[in-house]
Amino acid sequence: MLKPENRIFKNLYNEFGWEIEYAKKRDDWKDTKNIISKGREWIINEVKISELRGRGGAGFSTGLKWSFAPKEIGSRPHYLVINADESEPGTCKDRDILRYEPQKLIEGCLIAGYAVNAHVCYIYIRGEYFNEGKRLQEAIDQAYEKKYLGKNACGSGWDFDIHIHYGAGAYICGEETALLESIEGNKGQPRLKPPFPALVGLYGCPTIVNNVETIAVVPTILRRGGKWFASIGKPKNTGTKIFCISGNVNSPCNVEEEMGIPLKELIEKHAGGVVGGWENLQAVIPGGSSMPLLSKKISETIRMDFDSLIENKSGLGTAGIVVINKDQDIVSCMARIARFYKHESCGQCTPCREGAGWMWRILDRVEKRKATYGDIELLSDVTKQIEGHTICAFGEGSAWPVQGLLRHFRKEVENRCREEPLIKKKLNNPYLVDQHLLENKNA
Amino acid sequence: MSLKKVHDDQPKEFEFSSENLKKADDILKMYPEKNKKSAVMPFLYLAQRQNNNWIPLAAMKYIANFLSMPYISVYEVATFYSMYNLAPVGKYFVQVCTTTPCLIRGADKIVKLCKENISPKENEISKKGNCSWMEVECLGACVSAPMIQINESYYEDLDEKSTKAILESLIKDKPLKPGSFRGRKNTSPEKKQLESGEYRA
Amino acid sequence: MPKITINGKEIEFEKGMTVLQACELADVEIPRFCYHEKLSIAGNCRMCLVEMEKSPKPIASCAMPATEGMNIKTNTNLVEKARKGVMEFLLANHPLDCPVCDQGGECDLQDQSMYYGVDKSRFVENKRQVKEKYMGPLIKTQMTRCIHCTRCVRFATEVAGIPEIGAIGRGENMEITTYLEKAMESELSANVIDLCPVGALTSKPYAFEARPWELKKTESIDVMDAVGSNIRVDTYNWEVKRILPKLNNDINEEWISDKTRYSCDGLLKQRLEVPYVKKNNKLQKSNWDEAISILIEKINTTNPNEIGGHIGDMVNLENALAFKKLFSILKVTNLEFRERNFYINSKEKSNYIFNSSIKGIEEADLVLLIGTNPRHEATMLNARIRKAYAQRQIPIFSVGDPGDLTYDYTVIGNSTDTIKKILNKELEFSKKLLSSKKPIIIIGESALELKSGQYIIEEFKKFLKKNNFINKDWNSLNFLPQNASTVGLIDLQILPNQKEKNSFFEKLKNNEFKVLYLLSSDNLDIKKNNEFIIYQGSHGDRGAEIADLILPSAAFTEQNGLYENLEGRVQECKKASYPIGEALEDWRVFNLILKKLKKNENLSNFDSLRKEVLELIPNFTKLNDLPSYNEIEFINLPSNFVSEKVIIKELDYFFTNAISRASKTMSECRQIKKDSKKTGTDNL
Ligand SMILES: Cc1cc2nc3c(=O)[nH]c(=O)nc-3n(C[C@H](O)[C@H](O)[C@H](O)COP(=O)(O)O)c2cc1C
Ligand code: SF4
Ligand code: FES
Repeated sequence: MLKPENRIFKNLYNEFGWEIEYAKKRDDWKDTKNIISKGREWIINEVKISELRGRGGAGFSTGLKWSFAPKEIGSRPHYLVINADESEPGTCKDRDILRYEPQKLIEGCLIAGYAVNAHVCYIYIRGEYFNEGKRLQEAIDQAYEKKYLGKNACGSGWDFDIHIHYGAGAYICGEETALLESIEGNKGQPRLKPPFPALVGLYGCPTIVNNVETIAVVPTILRRGGKWFASIGKPKNTGTKIFCISGNVNSPCNVEEEMGIPLKELIEKHAGGVVGGWENLQAVIPGGSSMPLLSKKISETIRMDFDSLIENKSGLGTAGIVVINKDQDIVSCMARIARFYKHESCGQCTPCREGAGWMWRILDRVEKRKATYGDIELLSDVTKQIEGHTICAFGEGSAWPVQGLLRHFRKEVENRCREEPLIKKKLNNPYLVDQHLLENKNA
Repeated sequence: MSLKKVHDDQPKEFEFSSENLKKADDILKMYPEKNKKSAVMPFLYLAQRQNNNWIPLAAMKYIANFLSMPYISVYEVATFYSMYNLAPVGKYFVQVCTTTPCLIRGADKIVKLCKENISPKENEISKKGNCSWMEVECLGACVSAPMIQINESYYEDLDEKSTKAILESLIKDKPLKPGSFRGRKNTSPEKKQLESGEYRA
Repeated sequence: MPKITINGKEIEFEKGMTVLQACELADVEIPRFCYHEKLSIAGNCRMCLVEMEKSPKPIASCAMPATEGMNIKTNTNLVEKARKGVMEFLLANHPLDCPVCDQGGECDLQDQSMYYGVDKSRFVENKRQVKEKYMGPLIKTQMTRCIHCTRCVRFATEVAGIPEIGAIGRGENMEITTYLEKAMESELSANVIDLCPVGALTSKPYAFEARPWELKKTESIDVMDAVGSNIRVDTYNWEVKRILPKLNNDINEEWISDKTRYSCDGLLKQRLEVPYVKKNNKLQKSNWDEAISILIEKINTTNPNEIGGHIGDMVNLENALAFKKLFSILKVTNLEFRERNFYINSKEKSNYIFNSSIKGIEEADLVLLIGTNPRHEATMLNARIRKAYAQRQIPIFSVGDPGDLTYDYTVIGNSTDTIKKILNKELEFSKKLLSSKKPIIIIGESALELKSGQYIIEEFKKFLKKNNFINKDWNSLNFLPQNASTVGLIDLQILPNQKEKNSFFEKLKNNEFKVLYLLSSDNLDIKKNNEFIIYQGSHGDRGAEIADLILPSAAFTEQNGLYENLEGRVQECKKASYPIGEALEDWRVFNLILKKLKKNENLSNFDSLRKEVLELIPNFTKLNDLPSYNEIEFINLPSNFVSEKVIIKELDYFFTNAISRASKTMSECRQIKKDSKKTGTDNL
């Protein structure tokens, strides 16, 4: 378990006040000028030492990403963009940072902005977080008042401005290039890569996109040292992480914990246990809806970090844990997730546009006991035809949960297909047989 | 009825109010001058707020001219994002999250209550009060499930009783305060009380 | 050159190519829907997926830049599975209504499903229904068939420069539409029909007319303007069913204007099938014998000085030459082809053609328009300016205000004084011009019609020459003629001596002609008095209306013939159909006349006419090529300056010639344009 002194987000529940003067008591903005004065190389290196991996879902090394930004500002300005779109079902951690620890984010923006040569930062907040955005704006205004932002921000000699841009209800805008399109005033449709945003991003300029949590932990890392952060958790999966535990638990909550903490410990210790007891557990979605679910057996022993989950054919994603107990119909839970992806597909590429709706419709039929055995194979094929064939990772995000369902709950699914209509029973009829011949056979 | 279909009854004209014109100016300052198109999303919000929470065609045209964009581009943006309403909604616009984390904690019951108390159909403005409701995808407050959004505020940790009270308060035009309806401190674990100090640094 | 390995074969490729293009170099075909050479890359259909070494996922070859040492495989299991998968998705919601779809037989989806499709649909859900969209009189929509490749959206935005088509909604509810379903305001709109890989956008006028395999296809040249767009004429027996663009990167690329495409129904209407003579003040059906006799009698009894001839806008060079010969036999000198009196210095070829060439526009770094609206006068040339503008944002200026040209430009003045100031380097603009490397000056007929017409072109020539903008590699001086026949007819020296005071136009105005012979000439401003008017042409249009004698002849699709486009390219228009009724090619009519005159020794035949034409054309190299010069010499003429306003004569775009005026489709387009102020968004 995370030692209290290692906790980064001390005000996650707003017990101590979010305003800048309280934030400063929690060490925000301490030594910022000094940190910046150590230079880009040092900052990026220290972040590399910390082995911090992006908290937005993909888990890409943050230090490495920053090092992709051109070393010098060329003819085009650089941008820092903060991804606060947080729309992955099961995830609501960034919301608490925006509300209660905004100065951590703002300070992180300045440092990251400096490290990647950006004078301007856009924070892209999902449109529904209207009040959170308002709060963040107040916090930004407080930082401006204290001269921590603006010209010669925090006395660092670096000019730095932060603007908030609201989304308007589109999950896909969490994808970093869709997010950039959205800021540019277009539909949020992901771009083809290459080129990557680090070289050609917002307005065609070098742009670094990071998640809120990623950036918010940076100041603490730099104050306490990359080594300190790396000492928490396990190699390559270091530091602390905010877990969101929702679903059938007795006390759903957000909690900051050590990377690699056993899932069972999280659920039992922090979330008050599964409703109906651990034995009543059916499955767990470990990292937001895009990540394949885990069976009870795996949940028993799994540790919550990037690599352990990949070994178990899932992923840490956003660390949004959705606990599903045996009172739930697992098929309808997953069918609802499939509907989510159908609703949120941006529609530009064929496999996702056509496949997401198809998956949902099949699952819907399974849920209603109107599917056939053949549909199970078909469903599995459709997921594979989407996976890896799309412009952005939404394709995988929509296919994986269904694959997870088929992997761990195939029996359950097959049971639903028992009541298939007579004629459709697996008969291996050649295509285009006369309908009445078929009927004779079954008569 | 879909909020993404252009409404039949359209106002002839639209213009930003002087207050919104000032806001528009401030918004434009956020973006590089040659990229003023970036302002289309905030502008659509301004128009929506100014026009009782929905965007008429005249506003899209106005914004297109304001930002020197083709009409079709504004139209594309307005239809792509789900938060832009192209048809009128209630004064209290109730959005019920029904994605899995909320669903498994009883979002279906909330939908049922909306049907009973507001209108049997989605996006239909209620007879009694000035409400309409709609199912939406994950609103990003999953640990506070089930939850609803009314206009800009989140009502969290609901159950049937609290939902009913909230909906009734809307119909009376005296909306209850948003926040958790189980009386917990934000997203903290409830069982282990904070006072135990375990969550203090 | 860098190398790439494709299916085990190493090939060289040019930097900047995509993997798909490199595969084409290696003769490996990659299926695609969204990718189109002339449009930006969308990479959204995912049909072109191929395997790349070291990449766990297949890549979209259309979007991936080829790089040195890449190893690409297109014939593996992974690729086949990916293609089959994408194909299945595309067909999932696509109605399989090929038997009633006009795209049938030339549908990319149909073709590719033969290779990559599965023989049985596994999609048992209800298929998506999408409402039809109104897109004007040219484009028929069946949006349920749309596969969302966005080619049409990209075409409208990038090539046509009229961003009026878009994809609204998202996910599976995404729909292609025009803003509030109004007709597209572009002269290039119908190209989206060719671009649409399925039957979602098809041709409205051609709906259910024929199946592609029933048609005879003839590659030919368009004559609606002086651009000389390359076209394919599809005929079913006599009828021209449709006209499609033929790729020519030097001229029209892959596009044609709506007028070129859709005037073809005008070829079927108002046709003159037999000779007519006026009896009792009424035109009556007659026959060749009678008609020619009357003609000869008229000519024999008239002083050659009082006979005039005018050659129309779509006459080919062979026929024009034959006409000229006939006139010289008759000793008539009053021959003209201009419709209005504009200045031409015919002494030297580079004086009256578009010297920079259409393709050259892509190299230009500045464009100056003088008294011209290229969008209406030469639509495809305007598309090229738009392309240069879209790709490199080149600065464009105009003297005179032509209105919306689909790109941004600056009007630097509205009078000839502006021109004088440019030449005297008195304007800010002069600096920009002088500091550019490859400027293009385009002078339109409206400018040359001015009293200062001669001044404008002669002085500009001097100016450009002096500043080395006219040299062996680059010639900035361009004349933009409006008619298909103009450049060739100047070459055939049909232009009367301009020094002569009593010009054709004056004689016409003063009604000095007793006999006026109109060869397919319908655009001349004639106030008829006592003239005896002979009209020879294909359509009962303006010329025939005032005629006393009508001789039916073939339309451009019904005979072979040469045309010279505005760049001085000699191209061949091919016979796709045959003359209707008793109509004849013009030169045959002249032979009839000569026979009756007993001048058999002067009879022409087509081959000798063509030979003669080609010999007459100065600087000719070979068919389809630009003229070549050894040395550009200049004979400078003195000229007078008059201060006057530069007015760009408005064209009735859809009604510029006899064929388009006979076309129902064109008149619908014209009406919509007229009404456009009243419909669409302006009411909101
Ligand atoms: C469909 C999709 C949705 C995403 N949504 C989010 C999101 O809501 N918030 C977020 O921070 N990252 C999201 N991401 C991940 C981003 O693309 C990107 O990887 C991330 O913002 C990078 O920041 P990080 O390196 O700090 O994690 C999403 C990715 C995909 C493919
Ligand atoms: S995978 Fe889906 S969301 Fe991503 S680009 Fe393709 S259609 Fe859009
Ligand atoms: S052709 Fe490459 S994705 Fe469509």
